[in-house]
Amino acid sequence: MNTPRITSAFAKAESEKRGAFVAYLTIGFPSLDESEKAIDSVIASGADIVELGVPFSDPFADGGVIRSAAYEALRQGVTIDHVIALAKRVRERHPETGLVLFSYYNLIFSKGLEKFAAEVADAGIDAVLAVDLPLEEREELLQVLRPHGIGYIPLIAPNTPLERVKESEAGLENSFLYVITVMGITGARAELPRDLAGRLDSIRAVSNLPVAAGFGISPKAQADEVCRHADGFIVGSALVKRLAEGKEPCLG
Amino acid sequence: MLKKLTEEEFKRRAASADRVAVFKEFLADRETPVAALSRLDEDEEAFLLESVAGGETRGRYSYLGIEPRTQGAERRRGRLPRGHRADARGSSRQKTRRTYDHKKRKQKMKTHYGIYGGQYVAETLMAPLRELEAAYEAAKKDVAFARKFNGILHDYVGRESPITYAKRLSEHLGGAMILLKREDLNHTGAHKVNNTIGQALLARRMGKKRLIAETGAGMHGVATATVAALFGMPCEVYMGAIDVERQAPNVERMKMLGATVHAVTEGSATLKDAMNEALRDWVTNCADTFYVIGTVAGPAPYPEMVRDFQSVIGVEARRQCLEKYGRLPDEAIACVGGGSNAMGLFAGFLDDPEVKLVGVEAGGKGLASGEHAASINGGRLGVLHGAKTMLLQTDDGNILDTYSVSAGLDYPGVGPEHCHLHDIGRAEYAVIDDDEAIAAFDALCRFEGIIPALESSHALAEAIKRAPKLGRDKILLVNLSGRGDKDMENVMRYKASRASSSRV
Ligand SMILES: Cc1ncc(COP(=O)(O)O)c(C=O)c1O
Repeated sequence: MNTPRITSAFAKAESEKRGAFVAYLTIGFPSLDESEKAIDSVIASGADIVELGVPFSDPFADGGVIRSAAYEALRQGVTIDHVIALAKRVRERHPETGLVLFSYYNLIFSKGLEKFAAEVADAGIDAVLAVDLPLEEREELLQVLRPHGIGYIPLIAPNTPLERVKESEAGLENSFLYVITVMGITGARAELPRDLAGRLDSIRAVSNLPVAAGFGISPKAQADEVCRHADGFIVGSALVKRLAEGKEPCLG
Repeated sequence: MLKKLTEEEFKRRAASADRVAVFKEFLADRETPVAALSRLDEDEEAFLLESVAGGETRGRYSYLGIEPRTQGAERRRGRLPRGHRADARGSSRQKTRRTYDHKKRKQKMKTHYGIYGGQYVAETLMAPLRELEAAYEAAKKDVAFARKFNGILHDYVGRESPITYAKRLSEHLGGAMILLKREDLNHTGAHKVNNTIGQALLARRMGKKRLIAETGAGMHGVATATVAALFGMPCEVYMGAIDVERQAPNVERMKMLGATVHAVTEGSATLKDAMNEALRDWVTNCADTFYVIGTVAGPAPYPEMVRDFQSVIGVEARRQCLEKYGRLPDEAIACVGGGSNAMGLFAGFLDDPEVKLVGVEAGGKGLASGEHAASINGGRLGVLHGAKTMLLQTDDGNILDTYSVSAGLDYPGVGPEHCHLHDIGRAEYAVIDDDEAIAAFDALCRFEGIIPALESSHALAEAIKRAPKLGRDKILLVNLSGRGDKDMENVMRYKASRASSSRV
């Protein structure tokens, strides 16, 4: 069985009276090597959990920054197998950090579910998030992840009813709720919606899992604001954008 | 003198009341109240109230109106008049707004076809899909919705479309009779408009203000832009940059009709990328936007809904064939891009096991070349754009670029119900390559004076293959899904490049 690193990452952050920092990177951008270095550097800058984004040909839930990164990674021939292999190397260097494989479902399904689960477990990946796999369809994946103790991260949207939040987290361990801050696709936003704090509070009130907010968060100030109402925050596009500009991937 | 409410009079009355009736008198000596009602009735749900005062037996005043807020039903006296199966709980509009029962949905909705279909979408789209399901379920039961839909198909699209016996072509081939279901004669030139009218009516019923669509060949984009103009709604169409170039006349048509066309340059810059961009728009703007999907693909309820709107093709064709030839066709043949014209045709014959159903996929330069769009014959099970279905994809699960001479068949997936019909053996799926399709295109032009769409030419080519092997007593019904005006330039270009390559 895997150590429940996702659970402990949130517990550790809580004990330090801060929100957990979840960093998303598109793997293979600017290159596989540079991704691996970028992971080391986000961990050095305080990331508790790293989401390894698998590049997909049809990133219909992503904004421009992550799409461009994915297309570039694909151009270099990066596949889900490369991402899993990279995770295994990262795991050896970082025994504590939570690792989440972040993918579109076809890449997972296409590998064969049993094989996927076994390889992911072997690489020391803690949990899986599939963007286009809602509550209604996820059981076939959960069935193969469970025996390996691998968690699954459900997405909670601005229009997800609280009743459904409860259904979404039922039966999940070593996981957190990924609360999408805005209607729409990934990408940094100048402002977060006004009702976000209230929404996070009510989700937290019904949820047993830690709650992290993501989509559109970039400056440190936004992250701090979010963490008054959440257990953690996720930064993606802002980090990928810094990489695209040749800068260190850290919070601006 | 006839009375009229002037603006001054309106203001005077408004000063002392919270409601002012706006009226105009006119002479209607020859109208009976019921005749007047029937005029209102065409477009909206209408009602007629008659006053019976002081023991009179005849109505003295008649009140006509549209869009009643509630409806009541009197059940003791037996049947209600047709078309007025009222629902005592409130009007259909209110019904769609009621909250949706998750458990009931599971029993009722058809989200999967065997192992195919489903709702593989981002969480943010689940709520809009629920809203759509509820609205569509209510619309399906609403006689007024069906009446409106059929009315527009008749008065605006020009339905029903005929079936035509391709006599010279059939005699030339010397076998089965080839019948053509003439969807090419529809307003806008293809079957696509049947679906866009249904979805636009639903959008209006749901109170959505804006239509968006993806398009490949541009026929669905044109059909969406058309209904957007008809209903006075703004419309934005996403189209791959490569398609914008090779289907330029349709881009101009969409603009002419008032739509905004966005050329999508990323990915492979074709239909799948246009659909990605439409999904991104929808996920951001779903509160006021209706996404009009052009084929039987996408998440539930789209495959079912689009099939239902297109089923008019098969239902009409079945009846027409029976009326004219006294029997059902032996085979019903249609091309399959996403599969909407084929599902529409098949829907009429699913319960007639003696009618063979044949879908035709685009073979491009041949299955072996890898340059084709034959998802069922050349693909592998996967998940894209909301559904589990057969997909053209790489070994590691990325979606492949497809190729066909016909832009409308150039899609890496296929509607989930087709995959299921294939699995259970109810339908078979053939492959026709570019050359065969072009030859069929020529044949129909020369033998019948009909210029078919290149998509439809694929179906026709399969019939041309089959007809000589069958007896003259057999009937092949081919769905002529669209006309070929949009393809003239492509056909000429194709022939020119063939001629030059055969010279080398
Ligand atoms: C005339 C015509 N037929 C067929 C198609 C293919 O679509 P479907 O398979 O959904 O009928 C198209 C698509 O653009 C078309 O324009």
